[in-house]
Amino acid sequence: MTRTLLRILAKLAWVAVVFFGITVISFWVIHLAPGKPTDLQTTLNPGASAVARERLEKLYGLDQPIHVQYGQWLSRMSRLDFGRSMSGDSRPVWDKIKERLPLTFGMNVISLVLTLAIAIPIGVAAAWKQGGAFDRISTVIVFAGFAMPGFWLALLLMLLLGIIWPVLPISGLTSLGFEKFSAWDKAVDVCRHLALPVFLYTFGSLAGMSRFMRSSMLEVLRQDYILTARAKGLPARTVIFRHAMRNALLPVITLLGLSVPGLIGGSVIIESIFALPGLGQLFYQAVMSRDYPLIMGSLVLGAVLTLLGNLLADMGYGLADPRIRQTAGQAAGQGARNGEDA
Amino acid sequence: MSASLSASLAARRRKPLAPPTWLDRYGMLALGLALVGGMSLAALFAPLFAPYDPNAINVDALLLKPSAAHLLGTDALGRDVLSRILYGGRVSLWVGFVAVGISTAIGLALGLAAGYFGRLTDEVIMRLVDVMLCFPSFFLILAVIAFLEPNLTNIMAVIGLTSWMGVARLVRAEAMSLRGRDFVLAAKVAGAGPARIILRHILPNALAPVLVSATLGVAGAILVESSLSFLGLGVQPPDASWGNMLMDGKEVLEVAPWLSVFPGLAILFTVLGYNLLGESLRDLLDPRLRR
Repeated sequence: MTRTLLRILAKLAWVAVVFFGITVISFWVIHLAPGKPTDLQTTLNPGASAVARERLEKLYGLDQPIHVQYGQWLSRMSRLDFGRSMSGDSRPVWDKIKERLPLTFGMNVISLVLTLAIAIPIGVAAAWKQGGAFDRISTVIVFAGFAMPGFWLALLLMLLLGIIWPVLPISGLTSLGFEKFSAWDKAVDVCRHLALPVFLYTFGSLAGMSRFMRSSMLEVLRQDYILTARAKGLPARTVIFRHAMRNALLPVITLLGLSVPGLIGGSVIIESIFALPGLGQLFYQAVMSRDYPLIMGSLVLGAVLTLLGNLLADMGYGLADPRIRQTAGQAAGQGARNGEDA
Repeated sequence: MSASLSASLAARRRKPLAPPTWLDRYGMLALGLALVGGMSLAALFAPLFAPYDPNAINVDALLLKPSAAHLLGTDALGRDVLSRILYGGRVSLWVGFVAVGISTAIGLALGLAAGYFGRLTDEVIMRLVDVMLCFPSFFLILAVIAFLEPNLTNIMAVIGLTSWMGVARLVRAEAMSLRGRDFVLAAKVAGAGPARIILRHILPNALAPVLVSATLGVAGAILVESSLSFLGLGVQPPDASWGNMLMDGKEVLEVAPWLSVFPGLAILFTVLGYNLLGESLRDLLDPRLRR
């Protein structure tokens, strides 16, 4: 019991350290970059004087040394105050993020479920008959998937399904006249608009996930207990599903936690291609207009989601595998390369 | 279902008897080498192969379909797509190699230090790795590139600085397992200092997995660069890169689809080549995975 408690405490300390590190690096990088957000409002505007510029910098606290600015930002953060956007509307950052969160989050969750539902059977089947026809074909497809840039596939699909054979809308979230649609038509309309983006998200993580599942399954199939299970005459189905797959799924849980940063990054590209009003698009606009508070808010949110994914993966791992409860912190160590691929 | 699976079990048992053919063992490696070699040569000798100046604007040849005069067509400014793809390949390969050079150097240095010295050094470096792995790194890359100027140097530096964690972990693991070996102890007894032990005895033995990860890293860096250029934050016009060619192509997708097809194929084949090369090197270097 105390051991479990210690494990949880160690994990929480790890989360705190990582969170602190992420905010420090983000803040430092963003604020040390040459140029200031006030440039856009002053230098480009010949009517603005040096005095006006100073006043603006004072308003945003940009005249303070960077560690003071960070301290102020951190103390506001601890009160869950992300500050106000520096863009024209100066709305609170959190409001801007909140209204865009459901779309991005929803698309990612749906595609994650789809990815798992497709990748796990592929990985299991490929590993079971290693070198067989299915393994070879799926390996070829996986390599093509790894090498296919998501935005290029998006262009090809837009060309094919939006222009040559126009069956799906290729831009935005809703059609013209959406307000007048019935509830059912509204739902269908949104689904049609999201079909391509969700497909692209899913395709993007499918290759990595199925490959990972395959190698994890191969590792398990080499174990003695699989040999034992087969030797005592258990049907293949039992060996696969009860003995092998359960164990092979463990590393996949970790990979899920590590895939969050990649999904967040991918949303910038997919949302900008399909003109979807999600977090990725918001971040892209924030970066382009140097909206410091909005950029920091998005980075922090991304970090929190990643850490949350990591924590959940770790807890899932602990629940699924009793051996893990004894060794803290190591779970995050595996599958590093796969996390980066995303 | 059960019957076919038992049949496959039987097949598995018979399998080891059939020796793997040349194609089984080296097919992936050969294809990877061919793709990487072909693309590298095309990029290296772009000035020789390119039929036109990649940046020459020709108002008499706007958005031409692929033809004998322009094998892959022309873009909205009348520039030859084939020539631009060849020159764009130089950008991609250069970014790939330099970015991976940076990330490998950082990963090697930190990984060796963490693995050899252990204790506090290890703890600090590994927490830094954790932090960087939890970063939504594409967000960070975008922010940095947008703040600094989006030029090649900045792109390569940022990609390199955000992708060294995998190498660091690999090298750390190798260094940890090597530092207790007899030959390292022997060197220590003979009076070698830490620098000499790390550079002469540990580094050479840890290089194989680093080579694999660097090969795969080139593919990753090329993908990131093309994504950045596609968003308009990478290589700036008029210079060609596969990513910014696709960005231009998106604007005229309906009238000139070839602009969106060929640069993507170039990315696909190059990335595929490096991935195949990396994976087959991994299989060749790791005897446990040999079937």
